[in-house]
Amino acid sequence: MTSLSINNLSKSFDGEMILDHLSFSVDEGEFVTILGPSGSGKSTLFHLIGGLFAPDKGEIKLNGLSITGKQGSIAYMPQSPSLLPWRTVIENVLLGQELSGKTDRKKAMRMIERTGLEGYEQAYPSQLSGGMKQRAAFIRALVSPQSFLCLDEPFSALDEFTRLDMQKWLLSIWEEDRSSVLFVTHNIDEALFLSDRIIVLSNKPARVQREFTVPFPRPRQQDILLSEEFLSWKKEIFEELSYFA
Amino acid sequence: MVLILFFVSWQVATAFLSIPSWLIPSPVEIVKEGIHSWNAFSGHLTSTILLSVCGFIIGSMIGLATALILHLLPKVKQALYPLLILSQNIPIIVLAPLLVVWFGFGLLPKVIVITLVCFFPVSVSAMDGFRQTNEEYIHYMKMAGATKMQLFRKVEWPHALPSVFSGLKISSTYSVMGAVISEWLGAQKGIGVYMTLASSSFRTDRVFVAIFMIMILSLLFFCIIVLLERTVVKWNRKEWK
Repeated sequence: MTSLSINNLSKSFDGEMILDHLSFSVDEGEFVTILGPSGSGKSTLFHLIGGLFAPDKGEIKLNGLSITGKQGSIAYMPQSPSLLPWRTVIENVLLGQELSGKTDRKKAMRMIERTGLEGYEQAYPSQLSGGMKQRAAFIRALVSPQSFLCLDEPFSALDEFTRLDMQKWLLSIWEEDRSSVLFVTHNIDEALFLSDRIIVLSNKPARVQREFTVPFPRPRQQDILLSEEFLSWKKEIFEELSYFA
Repeated sequence: MVLILFFVSWQVATAFLSIPSWLIPSPVEIVKEGIHSWNAFSGHLTSTILLSVCGFIIGSMIGLATALILHLLPKVKQALYPLLILSQNIPIIVLAPLLVVWFGFGLLPKVIVITLVCFFPVSVSAMDGFRQTNEEYIHYMKMAGATKMQLFRKVEWPHALPSVFSGLKISSTYSVMGAVISEWLGAQKGIGVYMTLASSSFRTDRVFVAIFMIMILSLLFFCIIVLLERTVVKWNRKEWK
C-alpha cells in the first residue's frame, strides 16, 4: 500500500552540509524511527519529504513515484500540536481533508470516539490539555487523505507521565491500522518502545550511522520497558549515539 | 461612578464660583438645552450619523482592501507602505478646504475626509494581523500541502480578525470626528454646522450639547463594533476580556 524510499538525499544550507547522501526506506505497514541528536538535520529531512524545499541531490519516492519537492504528499504531525485556535476539535481534525477537497465528517467522528476524545468535538484547543491537543493533532494526521504518516517529535513537549501514556495510546491506535510511519525523536526509550526499526543518524552532516531492527513482539506491552533485553538494547544505541558527543 | 462624581463636581463648581454660563455652562443647563432644542438638533444629528456611518463603511472597506492587496503582494507593499504612512501626515484641517475647492460642497469631499481618517487604522492593524500569524500554523499548513490561497483563507484571515476589529474600533470613533470636521467646512446640516453656529453666537451651552452628542455617538459606534466582534470572534473568549 504505502512505502517511502529516500535515495542519496543531500542538502546544504549556506554552504554547510546538513544531509549527506542519506538513504533509507520505510516499508508498507512499518514503523520506522529516526534517532539523532538535536540539530542533526532531522527537521530538514522532514521539510524535504514535505516538499517545503528541494534537495540538492537525491530523490524521495512514495509508492515508487517521485514526490521530490512536491507538497502535500504525506500526512504530518508536527512537534507542537499546531491546532488552529479558532476551530473546534472536530473542525481542526477535518483540516487536513479540507485542503484536498472532500471532508468525511463521519470518519473523523469515528476516529475521535475511538481515540478517547469523544465529548470534546466542539471544544476549542485552548480548553484541552497538552496531551489531548497532541491526540487531536494525531487524529488530524490519521484522517488526512494521505496514507503515509510523518511524526516529528510529537511528544517532546510533554512531561514524562503524559508521554508514556501517549506512547501507549499511539501504539494501541497504530497496531490496529498499521499505516506506514516515519517517526522522529531524540529519546531512545521512545524509539525502542514504538518502532520496528531504528535509524541512527550521525551529527552534521547527517548520514545513516546505523540501523537497528527492534525484536520485541507486537502488540507491545509496557513491561518490556524494564526488561533486561530492553536495557541492553538501550545501552547499545546509547553507545552508538555518544560516539559523536 | 467616576463620571457621576465628575459631573457633580462640575455642577457644584459652576454654582459656587459663579462662572457665567457663556463661559462654562453647568451640566444641568446643558441637558436642559439639549432637551429644549432637540427638535432642531435631531436633524443635524441624523445627518451626521448618516455621513459618519457611510464614511466609516467606505473607509474601512478601502482599509481592508489595501491590507489584502499589500499583504498578498509583498513587493507592492514595500513600495506603497511609506506612501500609506505619509497619507496620515497630511493635516486634515488643511486638506479639507482644498477638497471642497476641488469637489464642491457635496457629499464626496466629506466622505473623502472620513475615509482618509478611517482607512489607516484598519489597514495597519489588518496587515499586522496577517503578518503576525503564528509560524507553527503556517508550517503545518505548508507541510499538509496548503496552497497560498488556502493558507490565507484558513489561517491568516481568521488569525487577523481580532486585530481587524481593533482597527475597526479605532476607526469607528474617528469617523464621527471626521464627519464633524468635514461639516465645519460647508454643509447645510450636521453637528459640525450646529457647532459652528453655536460657537459664533456664544451659545456655549449648545457647543457642549454638540460635544456630548459627539462623545455619545462615538461610544455608540464603538459598542456596536464590540458587539459585532463578540459574534464573529467566538473562540478563546477569555483572552479578549
